[in-house]
Amino acid sequence: MADLRRLLAALLAVAAVVPAVAAQAPDAAPSSASTAAVAASAPATVKFEAPGARLTAADPALEARMLAITGELRCLVCQNQTIADSHADLAVDLRQEVREMLQKGRTPEQIRKYMTDRYGDFVLYRPPLKPSTVVLWLGPVVLLAVALLALVVVIRKRARLADDQFEPDPMLDDGTEAVDATSPRPGNLA
Amino acid sequence: MKALKFLIPLVVFLVLAGFCAYALVQNHDPHEVPSPLIDKPAPEFALTRLDQPGQTIHRADMLGKVWMLNVWASWCEACRDEHPYLVEFAKLKALPIYGLDYKDQREPAQAWLAERGNPYDASLFDANGRVGIDFGVYGVPETFVIDKQGVIRYKKIGALTPEALRDDVLPLLRKLNG
Repeated sequence: MADLRRLLAALLAVAAVVPAVAAQAPDAAPSSASTAAVAASAPATVKFEAPGARLTAADPALEARMLAITGELRCLVCQNQTIADSHADLAVDLRQEVREMLQKGRTPEQIRKYMTDRYGDFVLYRPPLKPSTVVLWLGPVVLLAVALLALVVVIRKRARLADDQFEPDPMLDDGTEAVDATSPRPGNLA
Repeated sequence: MKALKFLIPLVVFLVLAGFCAYALVQNHDPHEVPSPLIDKPAPEFALTRLDQPGQTIHRADMLGKVWMLNVWASWCEACRDEHPYLVEFAKLKALPIYGLDYKDQREPAQAWLAERGNPYDASLFDANGRVGIDFGVYGVPETFVIDKQGVIRYKKIGALTPEALRDDVLPLLRKLNG
């Protein structure tokens, strides 16, 4: 029983860590659904855009590509908004900049480099995998693996224990024990 | 060893608490994003002077001296707080100070300087903010120190303070000129 309590405590602690670590990443990986929604609804989005956006809204394909890219870039002014969503002046300017770069035939990769050259990896909602971000990317997976490993180890250990190591099962309503603790159970015959 | 197993959750908790305490104590402003431009060559620019629309200043004109670029605008609230310090600092003649008048209009900008004093050797007029974007400007005021080779050595986001000028800018200047 003491073992079980420790196991539970350890699992709870791990469970507490996982969301904390994952919480570092919610900005890092916005649901692709919302990004896709922004991109898909490009023509409809135009009416929410700042005036500058309307100038080239005549080209919905370009607008959709622009929004797909800026939807994954953080606006430096309103840091919890994307450049696609933000009404900050700078975001309006940067959307225009991206439109012009797309018209010049720049690839999304080149445009992201243009942004990170100026504002750093901070603008990327999907941070690149590199030494300084390894913990961010792999931390949750590692913690999950540790938790599963602990679970397997403890279950196996408990499976090898004799019946008398466990507390008796609770009484049934009629006052008899649910299972006779002294009689061997099928699972424990070996 | 086995006896200490019950300490594991405590250790995990302490590690977590340590991270949280660090985040609270280090007093980090998430709005201050470290600029990737530090120690990189300043971007190219060619802008007209605020007071002389006919005269253009290029990046190359500034090579050979350590200089300060202060991004400001007449519409910028925080620039008003910063301005007296800058005017005071300019009197030291420690280094040439150039303004980057960001997304502004000439008339109000010049009136703003006339009213509050002009600490700048010249202000570059960046009407559409393109040069500001190349400098990674996202919150006016911002201040850069650029060395003789045209490399950005310092960036301050937000209003300059006497402390920042005394503890960061002046020592850096001694180093760069030394």
